[in-house]
Amino acid sequence: MPRRSRLHTPQPHSRPGEEPDFSYLETSPAGAVARPDVNARVRDIGNLAVDLVRVLDEGHRAVGPWHPHLDPPELQVGLRHMLLTRIFDDRMQRAQRAGKISFYMRSFGEEAVSVAQCMALRPRDMLFPSYRNQGLYVTRGRPLVDLMCQLLSNTRDMCKGRQLPVMYHWAGGRIFSISGNLTTQFPQAVGWAMAAAIKGEDDIAVSWIGEGSSAEADFHHAMLFASVYQAPVILNVVNNQWAISTFQGFAGGEQRSFAARGPGYGMAGVRVDGNDFLAVYAVTQWAAERARTGAGPTLVEHVTYRGAAHSTSDDPSRYRPKDDYEKWPLGDPLERLKNHLIALGEWSDERHAALARELEEHVLESWKEAVQYGTLADGPRLSRDLMFEDVFKEMPVHLSRQREQLRAEQGG
Amino acid sequence: MPRMNMIQALNSAMDIMLARDPNVVVLGEDVGYFGGVFRVTDGLQRKYGEHRVLDTPIAEGAIVGAAIGMGVNGLRPVAEVQFADYIYPACDQIFSELARLRYRSAGEFWAPVTIRTPCGGGIRGGQTHSQSPEGIFTHVCGIKVVMPANPYDAKGLLIASIEDDDPVVFFEPKRIYNGPFDGDPNKPAVPWSTHPRGEVPEGHYTVPIGKAEIVRKGSQVTIVTYGTMIYVCEAAARNLGIDAEIIDVRTMVPLDVDTICTSVKKTGRCLIAHEATRFSGFGAELSATIQEQCFWNLEAPIQRVAGWDTPYPHAFEWEYFPGPARVATGLKAVMETP
Repeated sequence: MPRRSRLHTPQPHSRPGEEPDFSYLETSPAGAVARPDVNARVRDIGNLAVDLVRVLDEGHRAVGPWHPHLDPPELQVGLRHMLLTRIFDDRMQRAQRAGKISFYMRSFGEEAVSVAQCMALRPRDMLFPSYRNQGLYVTRGRPLVDLMCQLLSNTRDMCKGRQLPVMYHWAGGRIFSISGNLTTQFPQAVGWAMAAAIKGEDDIAVSWIGEGSSAEADFHHAMLFASVYQAPVILNVVNNQWAISTFQGFAGGEQRSFAARGPGYGMAGVRVDGNDFLAVYAVTQWAAERARTGAGPTLVEHVTYRGAAHSTSDDPSRYRPKDDYEKWPLGDPLERLKNHLIALGEWSDERHAALARELEEHVLESWKEAVQYGTLADGPRLSRDLMFEDVFKEMPVHLSRQREQLRAEQGG
Repeated sequence: MPRMNMIQALNSAMDIMLARDPNVVVLGEDVGYFGGVFRVTDGLQRKYGEHRVLDTPIAEGAIVGAAIGMGVNGLRPVAEVQFADYIYPACDQIFSELARLRYRSAGEFWAPVTIRTPCGGGIRGGQTHSQSPEGIFTHVCGIKVVMPANPYDAKGLLIASIEDDDPVVFFEPKRIYNGPFDGDPNKPAVPWSTHPRGEVPEGHYTVPIGKAEIVRKGSQVTIVTYGTMIYVCEAAARNLGIDAEIIDVRTMVPLDVDTICTSVKKTGRCLIAHEATRFSGFGAELSATIQEQCFWNLEAPIQRVAGWDTPYPHAFEWEYFPGPARVATGLKAVMETP
């Protein structure tokens, strides 16, 4: 056989109609990965980018050196935030299907990433999310009504009708505006962190992208600047296995983990079970302390699964097996934390059902209030004049003229 | 009054702002220890330290991306892109992020970033060190676009840009860093020290963004131009004995339409000149605006003088550059009366 070059096209392990196959996924047993000192040198902790940090074992117990030893009430708060995020997502998905909102993106299956990380950070830490981090808003306590009004583009839309649904922002809660252009927030988070260090403040920046988005130049820009300036930042790659229809192999995850790019740039890289609330919490705590004490940035890869469609605009049954998520080896983040609490004797199915009812009710009440302020389809809407504001701090003449022209065109 | 060239004037602007405002930082390739390839940031790192004047990796997209984050965190970054020809990797961060952050967040977030970048030809830079991409930036809503053409304006406009809460892309026509240039490369260089606008106050002052300047009063034709072309046009009109009113646009966004159109209504004739390529160049916007507002006052079609619609060729620099001959052709055409 003559040797010749070849073009490799990554193939997912299963397609529609096939049995889900996750044999490609490399995992470590819960408790098996050592927890190094937060000031450990990058060269000494390369295994963290290859192994998988896990705390919750098959028997729902928390084990090993990464066990964060949270009190049961804290775990219950985490469970509550995750459940509220999921119920909110479900309700908004249905609202989209009913034609009430134009577009939605669920975070189903990835709730632990936002909720556990947010709980492990300080309120002053600045968050630069992607569009699948609604758990951050839930955890930092933004009223759901405010999020719903944004989704409805109504008279109380925080974005004043300028952004697609889910592209929230919250300066008061220190959550940055979501762009819609992928990965742009990554180097911005690094710049924010550099500024914190320049000013001598110990707030850190934290940002999230999907593994698909790590293909963008901005990922590499962010990694390079974070490493060069040892910026106090945590950069998260949420590896949910799918970027719309392309599996993670097309983003470069087939030959090596995404976390391994951290050591490649000279920074810590940690691969964590993203569906293990305790592991995500512990890794975030470790990375935050590392950043805050001047030991440098961390790249965290959350191994998780996008349980839902990319958005309301696609149908995953056309590119992956329908029961993929049920067979995902790392389970469901909510179920796992719930079972852990039950194993601790701090929770029960009855309490869980009661909580779900309470949160369903809360979401429903919030929705009833939000639609009072208008819907995109039926109005009322904000003044069209707002279209011309905030392009610049002060409106230049050409925009005030165009505003007049629009008023005239619409009959005063 | 001290005399400065544009490099010294720009340096003075940053020096003053670094001293006045602890939130001002300067970042870019080679800007720190070395002081910049054109020496514009010379001595600033020595004076203000490595946390205020930062050397960066060669990654324009990262420079602007990081500058946005710094701006969101209360700093007032002045980012240098070493040549305007290298700004394209930063364009997503400029167009999609910097320009629209205030808008998309309904005023909750913004980043007061100034991006300085040397532009234009006439320095034997070939197609990667000679471009004039200002028109591209004027097509993006939410950024101010500025180009000074003398040391006094360079300092005053740069201070105004740094103090501005909106993002500014600040183009520096590098051919005239050291002195005005009339388009004839065979003449000896003229320094700024002999030019009235080479007189630059030591201290803080601003030149307002959004105001054009009539640099020469005239009655027969209005020449609307900016950057190096101001001096080329001045010389060409003088050689032809035409009493031209010459307007330095200075700020492309927001554009001072009133100063331009008042002049065109007075003279009844208009020539637009820029180094940038002609097709869809900023001259097209100027021409359309002037036509809309001054049509009934025009005695002749508006003429445009520009770089050819080709890349900027190294060996044919002076055939490419819109020098005195091309300006003269345009002036003769606009002065014709049927």
